[in-house]
Amino acid sequence: METQKRKIVIGYGSCGIAAGANKVYDKLREIVDREKIDVEISETGCIGMCFREVLVEVREPNGDSFIYGDVTPERVEKIIESHIKNNTPIDEWIVKSNKVEGSENKFFSKQMRIVLRNCGEINPESIDDYIERDGYKALEKVLKELSPEDVIDKIYKSGLRGRGGAGFPTGLKWKFTRQSPDPVKYMVCNADEGDPGAFMDRSVLEGDPHSVLEGLTIAAYAIGASTGYIYVRAEYPLAVKRLKIAIKQSHERGFLGKNILGSDFSFDIKIKEGAGAFVCGEETALIASIEGKRGMPRLRPPFPSAKGLWGHPTCINNVETLANIAWIILNGEDTYAKIGTEKSKGTKVFALAGKIKKGGLIEVPMGITLREVIYDIGGGIKGDREFKAVQMGGPSGGCIPKSLIDTPVDYDSLTKTGAIMGSGGMVVMDETTCMVDVAKFFLNFTQAESCGKCTFCRVGTKRMLEILTRITEGEGKEGDIELLEELAEKIKKSSLCGLGQTAPNPVLTTIKYFRDEYEAHIKDKKCPAHKCKKLLTYTIIPDKCTGCTACAKGCPVDAISGEVKQVHVIDQDKCIKCGECVTRCNFDAIKVE
Amino acid sequence: MGNSTLLKEKFNPEPLKEVLKEYEGEKGVLIPLLQKTQELYGYVPPEAMEMISEFTSIPVSQIYGVVTFYAQFRLKPVGKHLIRVCHGTACHVSGAEKVTDAIVNFLNVEPGDTTEDGLFTLETVACLGCCSLAPVMMIDDETYGRLDEKKVRKILRQYKSKN
Ligand SMILES: Cc1cc2nc3c(=O)[nH]c(=O)nc-3n(C[C@H](O)[C@H](O)[C@H](O)COP(=O)(O)O)c2cc1C
Ligand code: FES
Repeated sequence: METQKRKIVIGYGSCGIAAGANKVYDKLREIVDREKIDVEISETGCIGMCFREVLVEVREPNGDSFIYGDVTPERVEKIIESHIKNNTPIDEWIVKSNKVEGSENKFFSKQMRIVLRNCGEINPESIDDYIERDGYKALEKVLKELSPEDVIDKIYKSGLRGRGGAGFPTGLKWKFTRQSPDPVKYMVCNADEGDPGAFMDRSVLEGDPHSVLEGLTIAAYAIGASTGYIYVRAEYPLAVKRLKIAIKQSHERGFLGKNILGSDFSFDIKIKEGAGAFVCGEETALIASIEGKRGMPRLRPPFPSAKGLWGHPTCINNVETLANIAWIILNGEDTYAKIGTEKSKGTKVFALAGKIKKGGLIEVPMGITLREVIYDIGGGIKGDREFKAVQMGGPSGGCIPKSLIDTPVDYDSLTKTGAIMGSGGMVVMDETTCMVDVAKFFLNFTQAESCGKCTFCRVGTKRMLEILTRITEGEGKEGDIELLEELAEKIKKSSLCGLGQTAPNPVLTTIKYFRDEYEAHIKDKKCPAHKCKKLLTYTIIPDKCTGCTACAKGCPVDAISGEVKQVHVIDQDKCIKCGECVTRCNFDAIKVE
Repeated sequence: MGNSTLLKEKFNPEPLKEVLKEYEGEKGVLIPLLQKTQELYGYVPPEAMEMISEFTSIPVSQIYGVVTFYAQFRLKPVGKHLIRVCHGTACHVSGAEKVTDAIVNFLNVEPGDTTEDGLFTLETVACLGCCSLAPVMMIDDETYGRLDEKKVRKILRQYKSKN
């Protein structure tokens, strides 16, 4: 990345934009233009430290890097004044640097970046930036030196397994699709990212779209496809925009289109935007959706590798899976296979969120323990509260409790806990999270997203949701837990696709590890985490109440009475437990139990 | 996603006619066509479904089936501002429900509906991808993070006074 000029790079991922990157950019532009400062302003994707956004990096011509965190328009002015004009970096605001001890250097020390190798480094809208970092070299190597069978063999030997959730060996999938006799084949990238608490694929698409295009093109060469599709989630407009730019640039440079790089291989990519249905992440539903139909899964076999899009053999791979490909080709399958554990090779990207101090996008070698991820990288629990569980795999996954925090991150160990590796959502929960409520949350999601084809998935999840709802509302009955378990087993067995087969997992894992919480709700009508509204009682602490009347004014049902400057009281019969008084009170005078 | 300025106006088929021309002869166009329709009109009007049916030879009943299957498609016009509250996992454990309740109480509108003055439509969505700022909501293209009830009311008041 040698440039003659000093470069100022702003983190322009969704997280950065949400935190105010635009305002920071405007300010920067204004000062630079006004004072005619000789720097190049550029942008990049998610750097990973979402908890410190807005991030601004100063890159010196000699390669030194200083990343500033929590940047505001005011701070930008100071950074320019001190760092740019007077060559004095402001150490206390630096979060990462190769020169000084950045406050977040530790966030990166246990990470290993293969998929995210360019995220936060390059301008995602510049193909030159990508090429400068060995972009499209793997494609060139593949087309000039390797047969499709060689490519498949390399990927197989690397041990790469699908990152979309199921963990199927990628090399094998390619082999099966290649072996299908039909000459018309399709290569599809699954960028539907349905897990509602995860944003890995989005960050890769936003931060390094060319790596996905390159992987997709190599895959197409390997299986023998001449048309590719990227199925992107509707809610990802920025990812779509950057993909479109990247596709156009690749065409201009001859990395896509007819006779790529002078070979006899031709390939083109189309973007299909999803329309907001979780089930469309499932491969057969995704195919139906691309064909323009309702996204209903169908029975497999035949697998898409034999009969997929418009009846032709189709290979579907996840974004992260594809982003690994170019790296493996360039660095060698053996190098890749050395990373990780015996059966889980390479790295995994996670979206670390929830009650964690340092939420963001991370990539770690397989085999690292959950403890290392949560405490060493994530910095522990927000407010130094007690860690309770970590949810992995979203609606198909489960909650792993504190007692299993030393579980290594690999496919088999995670499956043993009842959770799954999943696509990379990792939501951390603390003592204030109610596990029954979490189970209800996920079931509410899958119940609403069930396509309705299988009776057990459609009706069974609804019945389970009803039971969970009544438990959280204090109407739980003896035997409800057993009923949930029975329904769960039946739904798992009699559903056609992965949605129904895994939907009960969040309920089953929470029952397994937090049965006492279920029992507290059912028997004692108490929510230990103080989350389930109907099980709470709100009272005013007389010693703390100043009689300011704020709570009484805010109460939507006039349940609070009291004279000015006198202690107020809540009428328990009228109280609807909305918690409004707690937010209005400035003196912490409302007790919730 | 855009703000429908066509709220309660008569259906104008011309923009859709233009779009249909671009899709002549392509396969699997139904969903992209519906997406374009919604971009143009802010929702999928019944008249548009009939036009698309004629163009694609897909029966209206089947088009309606597709429209109602996918969460993205709306059958009702949207208000001037579209509020999307995230109900993803991270936001849920960080208090998304309280945020939604605050909006519901303040604007007197249920998720999926539009306020009587046509100013706001409230929707809940799964993960806006800014989980580290949870709980999060978007109003039109602007994202607001680390919300609580007070902050929500303050933001909504600003939008109200702008109009
Ligand atoms: C209900 C359901 C939702 C899914 N959602 C996704 C998704 O959002 N993204 C994804 O890559 N795979 C998803 N999958 C897995 C895909 O069916 C498929 O296994 C995957 O895309 C294959 O790619 P891979 O081998 O590279 O992992 C989902 C599966 C099910 C059953
Ligand atoms: S869960 Fe709300 S932004 Fe991800």
